[in-house]
Formats: sequence, C-alpha cells, structure tokens
Amino acid sequence: MRYIGNTRDNQREMLGVIGAGSLEDLLVRIPAKVRLARPLALPPAMAETDLVRHLRALAATNTDADHAVCFLGGGVYDHYTPVTIDHLISRGEFFTAYTPYQPEASQGTLRTIYEYQTMIAELTGMDVANASIYDGGSSLAEAALMAASVTGRAEIVLAAGVSPLHRRVVATYCEGPAVRLRDAAARDGVLDLDAARAAVGAKTAALVVQSPNFYGCLEDLAAAAEIAHAAGALLVVAADPVNLGVLQAPGRLGADIVVGEGQGLGVPLSYGGPNLGVFAAKQEFVRRMPGRLAGATVDLDGQRGFVLTLQTREQHIRREKATSNICTNVALCALMATIYLSLLGKQGLVRVGELASAKAHYAAERLGAVPGVSLAFGAPFFKEFTLRLPKAPERIVARLAKQKILAGVPLKAFDRRLADGLLVAVTEKRTKDEIDAYAEALARAVA
Amino acid sequence: MAMPRYDKLVFEIGAPGRVGYSLPASDVPVEDPRAGIPDSYLRREAPALPEVSEFDVVRHYSRLSQLNYGVDTHFYPLGSCTMKYNPKLNETMARLPGFARLHPLTPPASAQGALGLMHDLAQMLGEIAGMDAVSLQPAAGAQGELAGVLMIRAFHRANGEKRTKVLVPDSAHGTNPASTALAGYQVVQLKSLANGDVDLADLEAHLAPDVAAFMITQPNTLGLFEQRILEITDLCHARGVQVYMDGANLNAILGITRPGDLGFDVCHFNLHKTFTTPHGGGGPGAGPVGVKSHLEPFLPAPVVVRRGEAYALDWKRPKSIGKLQAFWGNFGMLVRAYTYIRTMGPDGLREVSENAVLNANYIMARLAKDYDVAAPGPCMHECVLSARKQKKLGVTAMDIAKRLLDLGFYAPSTYFPLIVEEALMIEPTETESKETLDAFCDAMIQIAREAEQSPAVIHEAPVTTSVRRLDQTRAAREPDLRWAPRR
Amino acid sequence: MANIPAELRYTKDHEWAKQEGGRIRVGITHFAQEQLGDVVFVELPKAGARATAKKAFGVVESVKAVSDLFAPLSGEVVEVNDALAKAPETVNGDPYGKGWMIVIAPSAPREWDGLLTASQYEEFLAQSGP
Repeated sequence: MRYIGNTRDNQREMLGVIGAGSLEDLLVRIPAKVRLARPLALPPAMAETDLVRHLRALAATNTDADHAVCFLGGGVYDHYTPVTIDHLISRGEFFTAYTPYQPEASQGTLRTIYEYQTMIAELTGMDVANASIYDGGSSLAEAALMAASVTGRAEIVLAAGVSPLHRRVVATYCEGPAVRLRDAAARDGVLDLDAARAAVGAKTAALVVQSPNFYGCLEDLAAAAEIAHAAGALLVVAADPVNLGVLQAPGRLGADIVVGEGQGLGVPLSYGGPNLGVFAAKQEFVRRMPGRLAGATVDLDGQRGFVLTLQTREQHIRREKATSNICTNVALCALMATIYLSLLGKQGLVRVGELASAKAHYAAERLGAVPGVSLAFGAPFFKEFTLRLPKAPERIVARLAKQKILAGVPLKAFDRRLADGLLVAVTEKRTKDEIDAYAEALARAVA
Repeated sequence: MAMPRYDKLVFEIGAPGRVGYSLPASDVPVEDPRAGIPDSYLRREAPALPEVSEFDVVRHYSRLSQLNYGVDTHFYPLGSCTMKYNPKLNETMARLPGFARLHPLTPPASAQGALGLMHDLAQMLGEIAGMDAVSLQPAAGAQGELAGVLMIRAFHRANGEKRTKVLVPDSAHGTNPASTALAGYQVVQLKSLANGDVDLADLEAHLAPDVAAFMITQPNTLGLFEQRILEITDLCHARGVQVYMDGANLNAILGITRPGDLGFDVCHFNLHKTFTTPHGGGGPGAGPVGVKSHLEPFLPAPVVVRRGEAYALDWKRPKSIGKLQAFWGNFGMLVRAYTYIRTMGPDGLREVSENAVLNANYIMARLAKDYDVAAPGPCMHECVLSARKQKKLGVTAMDIAKRLLDLGFYAPSTYFPLIVEEALMIEPTETESKETLDAFCDAMIQIAREAEQSPAVIHEAPVTTSVRRLDQTRAAREPDLRWAPRR
Repeated sequence: MANIPAELRYTKDHEWAKQEGGRIRVGITHFAQEQLGDVVFVELPKAGARATAKKAFGVVESVKAVSDLFAPLSGEVVEVNDALAKAPETVNGDPYGKGWMIVIAPSAPREWDGLLTASQYEEFLAQSGP
C-alpha cells in the first residue's frame, strides 16, 4: 500500500522495541465483543489508473461550467479565476499545514491571513475581519448570534431579499440560543422600508439586509441603517465582496457587521463547497467576533512577526462560553481570495465589476425583450436579475441544459410567489455571443 | 538549516499602475456600467488593494510558503489532528472540471455524477462507522457536532421529553462544550480518571432525567481505547440518554471496531483527518455526521437519495434540523475522501489503523524512559507524554515544542488534554516511516538531555525559523489586525 | 512568601476586598495575577450595575486563559477602574493598588464577615496549592 511506510520487517522490529508479540497485542484494550469480525463491506482497492478512469467517467456525467455556458448564481458565480491561484495554493507548505499553532513555523500562513483580513476590511469598509467562516450562510448565522450577544436582545429581523438558503442556516443556528427570526417584507424586489420600520423594535438585535439581494436587486443600505440604529439594533449586511470594487462598502453606509459569500474571489464552484464565509465588523465588537484572528507583533529581537491573537474568545480556551464553536475554518479558500485580490488589485476588481454589470444589463435587455419574458422587478440590479417566464422555468432550464446553456435558477422552490421566476446571473466571463445565443434559445423555448 | 528570511507583506511590494490580471475589453453595447445604479450605492474611489504584477504575486506567495512547515516538508505530529500524507491523486480528481467547475444549483439531472458520488460516499462512511445514515453537509468537525447535538435535541422533543443538560468530560476537545452550548444545552463537565477513561460511578451519579446526551471521544484524548464502552452506552441508554462520539480519533479503529457497534447513537467524521483531505493551513475540512436509524428523520436537509436509477436531493424532510451551510457540503473534500477510500479498500483501511497504532506505540516505547507517559499503554493512534520531569528543570512543554522546530520537526499538540500537566500529544499517523519516527525520537531524547545539561539552547529556541519567539502578550494587548501604511 | 496583605479580606476565587468607609474596593490577588500570567484584557461592568456576591461581575484575560471575576459582596458598582482598559498590565504590576477593579456600595454589609481573612486565605492557598 503506497500510503503506508512500514514494511513487514519494520513492523517486526518496532514490535520488538515495544515488547509486543504482534499488532494484535496492541489492541488488547478493545473488547472482543465489539470487534468487527469481518472485513468492512466496501468495494475492493483500486489501482490509480482504474480509479482515474472511474472518476473521470463520473465527472463527465455532470454538466459543468467548462462544458456549458453558465448563467447560474444564487450566491456562487462563475467568475474569472486566474490560473496562478491554484499553482500557488498547491504548494505543500501552504496546502498541508494546519492552523498555525506554532507561529514561528507558520509565518507564511499567518502573514497571508493578516493580508486577507486587511483586504476584506478594506472592501467591506469595516475595521476588522476574521480569518474566515465556512461559507456565506454560516457566516450570516454567526453574525446574527453575535448581534444578539452584543445587544443582549434575542430577535433578528431579516429582509425578504436575504438568500433563502442562508436564512435556513440562520434558523438552524438560532434554534439553540432561542434567538427568534422575523421577516420584513419586500416591495418590488427590495426591502419595504415601512415594513422594516414596523418589524424593527426594542427587542431587535439586528436588521439583516443582503445587497444585491437574492433576486439580484440592490437595497438601500443607508435607509436600512437608519431604521436599525433608531431602534438601537445593529445593521448586518450580507454582501458579495467581488462586487465591492464598484459598489459602495457597506461600512460606509452604516453597517455594523458585514458578512458574505466570498466564493467569487477565486474559489472553485466545486458543487457548492468549500466556499468562503467572509466576516467583518467594527472595532468595538472585536472581542465578540467568532473565528480566528491573526495579529502583528514582534519577536525577541524586535523583528515583525504574526500570531493568532485574542484567542480567549475561542472554543479551545473558553469552551462552552466561546463566541463560536468554530475551529477548522476555510483558510485555504481565504488564501485563494488573498491571491485573487492581489492579482486583480486596485484596478482589476473594479474592472470585473464594471464588466459583469455591463454584461448583466445587456443580458437583461436582450432576455427581457424575448416575447412573453419580462424583468420581474424595476429595482436597480448589478450582475443578477429575475425574469418572469411564460412557461414553467424548470422545463425551460432542462431544455436549455441540453443545448449546453445553464439558463438560471428556477425560483419556485425558494419562493412560491415566483413560480414563474428565473434567476439569471451574468459574470464578466460571459460574452456577447453567449448572451445572444441564450436569448435566441430562450425565444425558441418559450415560443 | 535556517529558514529563508523574507519580511514583506503584499501591500509593501509593487508600484502604482502595475497589474496582475488579464480581462477582455467589453464586447456589449453598454456605455456606462454604472448607469441605472443610484450614486449613493457606488464606491467613490477604487479600493486600496495591491498593485503588483503576476510575477510579483508568484514570488511573494512562494516565498511566504517557505516560512511554513507542512506535512509535505516536515514530520507534523500534531496530536488530535491526524496530519497524514495527503495523496496527490485526490487533488487531481477534485480538480476534474466535472467536479471543480460544477455549480451547486445545476439541475440535479445534470449533476448525477456528483450526487452519485455523494450518495456512495455516505454509504461507505456509514459502513465504516456502523451507522445507518450519514449527512455530508457539515463543513467541519465542530459543525458535525452541532448537527449531532441538534438532532439529539429534536429527537427528545419529538418524544415529548424536556432534557436540558449534556455531559462532557474534562478531557474533551473544546469544540464539544462549545457546540453543545450553541445547541442550547447546559454543559455539565465530568471529571475523567487519570488515564482519560470515564469514571463510571461518577457518570451514573450524573445521569439525571434532565440529561439529554453524553459526548465522548473514542479512543479518548489520552489516546486510550475506552474499555468499558459498552457498559457506558448501555447505562446511558437505560436512562434515555443519547451517546455522541467525537470522531476525531477514528483513524485508530478503521475496520477494527465501529462506533455504531460500540453503542453510539451519533458520530461525526473528520474527512481532513482520517480520510486524507488536506488541512489547508486551517481548513477547509469536512465533518459528515452519522446516526442510527432513530435519528435519521432529523438529518440536515436536503438528503441525497437514490430513486430508481437517478439520484436526487430530498428536501421533504419535515423533522430535519435544517441547513448548516448554503449548499450540500464541502464537495471538493468529499471527492478527495471518496478517492482515498476507493484507493485503500477495506483491507487498506484496516492496515491504516494498525500502522497508526503501531507507530504511536513505537514512539511511546522509545520515549518512555526520558519523558513521563501520561497513562500506561498500549495506546491507540496517539500517545500523550508529560513534560513534568523537564518542568522541574525549568523546561516546559512549550519550550520542547520550540526546540523541535529547530531540529526540523513541527511540534506535537501541547497543553492538551487539559487534565495532563505539561502535555505533549504526539500523533505520528500511519504514513510516516520508521526512519522518520526514529529521527523524531532521537530529537526528543536529545532535548531531554539538553534539559538536564544545557537548557539554554532550549530556552533560546527556535533560532532557525524566520522569526524567533513572538510576543503574544503585546499582540493581545494592542491588537494590530490589519495593515496600514507606515507614516 | 505569598503577598497577602493582612488588612484585606479574600474569596476562594482569589479576589480581595478592602473596607473604605463603608464601601468595598475589589481586585484580584497577587497569587491570581501570577497564575494568569500577563493580563491582556479586563472586562468590567459600568458604574451603576448590580453586583451579586459569588456571581461574576467581569472577566480577566491573559493570552491563554480567561477567568471570571466574582463579587465578594452584593451591592451597587459605584466606581470602575477604567484605566485598566488601556493598561491591563497594571493588574500584574500592582494588584492591590492601581490594579483595583471596582468599588461596591454593599447592600448586605454583613457578607464581609463571610470572607476569608488573610491567614485563612493563606491557609487555603497552602492546601490547594501546587
């Protein structure tokens, strides 16, 4: 077996040093009664060539974004991923290390976390960012719990445009601590400010708003901040960091905590995971934040170095009183994002946003002009929008998939009032030709 | 050999106007991509991100990587973390476009390969653990714990029972009490015996009608198999208490015994430990959770099911505890774990555990003269030593860890489990060969000699790393968590 | 020799209490700060908060440890040592002086009699000590 180092001779020698007669002698503490008396009922071992053939065949049955034109969004997107990222993160020193418990032998990881924290703080307009949470959904859930802990209140108001997938995660996390969820309705695709004002009150820990929201529409974050703060509640904003080269940093608009799905920052689609949970907050809340934080300090010689810090917040020290139970995070995805943001840089991220927005607006115009098809909402949008179709979106999507167009996400499963809704995302990678071909195929499909 | 020195952050290299990306010109007839978006929603100036070339980036991160120890480059005996070799084949398979480039909201009919892989992996993990059903959704061990405890809570509720407490031993990983508290339970800490075993009489005394669950690690965190496990699980079940197994130490028992056969109701798997997915500098991992059939209705939704020849995501799970992350699980990690299990087969997996146990016992035998052993063996896949002898000479477990870095090894886990004074928790894994173990043991013995004869060399350590010991106090007193230009 | 001023009273959780004309000044003992190591953060209540005997009123943290601060007596918190926010190291340097934490206006002054005297605390340390 190529992943095991010991030969039979090695084993004999080692057993001799231990003073044991056999491997079996080392297992004496395991009662006979609980021993598995048969081999595990698993398929037999496969040689590398056979296994590669098997997995290639399996992978080939999936319609992926390399073999079809992808207009799917809903939280993760087919954004441009410079090939350089995978080369760098694959270096074994990054890839096969763990949480930097020994900082002197982990300065590479610690320094990239510090860079990542700096970039995310800059994009979100927050003071501090952590080293990552699992994904956008769990990040939002952690933000809800943190808001409850900071304010001493036990109710969270969620704008109707918050991703229903993320809302379900928030509900799961809020079950134990008995934090209640309330919804604030939408009007024409965006948060109804009157409904928000009515829902947010003295018991509200936070108002949660996602922008652009699940349906693609841009929310009025400044107005939401005013409503939350007037009631002594926090404003939690869920934002896609890829958009923040063009869109205003939520921190500048009054957000107290900013979270988001950071997959677009160079993380593979990978059927939805691992993703990158972005988490940033104002300085005053830093000791209530979940997750790891890297900080700068000096070594014995006064030289700059980096460590994990404020660890007393975390489970390995504070145990049941920790700010979160998170231990393993998604450090490698955060490294992908750090390299992505370095490569794209000051100009590139703005360019990505401009291209995506331009192409999305072109696509909305083209698709919205197909007879029987219309834009569902009048609100401003960025790279994603909702269409209403004259035929069942599931069937249209299935039909276009056969023509290698992943047309969008049917919304019926998420919102029954949008049974005719199709969510379409357009990134900077889509071309005019692809969009035109999609419009033509859609016209044929709905005719 | 000293590490290279390199002190830059990416913000400290490059030049204004330099770029590292390649994007096409716009090919659509939209003149102003900001038209239609209210001014107040728009960023006024570009974010202060680096301005570097692609090669600047490549050299910067390559040099940063050289400041790390990883499994590929160094023996990494971090106890509880199972830092085994991460096969390169797993990586190539996870990067196949059909997996890596598959969007999670692709219609299930166009994602049959992915769903089938998940279905089969769940089945295989169920067989390995002796569990009836497995959810692959939890993103890491701690999230698996949360899912498991929430399922237990939902189970008791469905039975009309109000139980409010969960028992957790004082030797437990910190995530156990943290996840339990997050699930809304009061945590009651039980005192372990000196060898990390459960004190049965004490457990019995604590099994009150308001106890919902008992959560333990098997083998325990001292690396010993809990011998009276069947008595423990029987006792708990007799009182209506569910038993949760922290699966962090599963690498010790593959094909030898199974959590389900030990009487556990729930256990989680750490795919980044036992099943060779890389640790990535802190993650991502994957923390699937397995349950016995009575807990199956409460699994996180959706569940991957097979309907005839087709696979589907089943959302109609009225008793489900809900979702843990937006999508279906850390799929990229699932492909790697699947590849590993298919590579090893049943016999290979059993050899994994046998050799992991052999390696840990070998280290324990070789070091027993120079260090105190926390509990007499044989141990399972890891051994816990105490540096209490060395501490009397002024050399702590942390000092020993730092000295190991100079001698070319990453350090064991230190100061865990909490019930062992000056703990050094060593997990060699099966992928290390005898030569490496010998070199490590020689280094440990050398340090024990140095503690007696020349402790200064230990207190000075590390001196070969890119930085020397760091001022943790300053970092915590004056948190500096983001870069700002030097004024 | 342990540093345990004779005029103070003590708790088993290593807080000290000092009578100041009917009010009680509270801090942690020399032993406590030594056990914690370098103090990096102290979280204290706001003036006006209620303190309850044997219940936590705040938290003291070092790099690798957290400890609740327990009130020796019940009453209203009338003064808080805000200087510790900027200079937590004072708790290490001067635990019985500038490192004080809060002043309580006791609501049940007789709780004082239940606290350990210096000699009782010294004995307690000797018994539980390393």
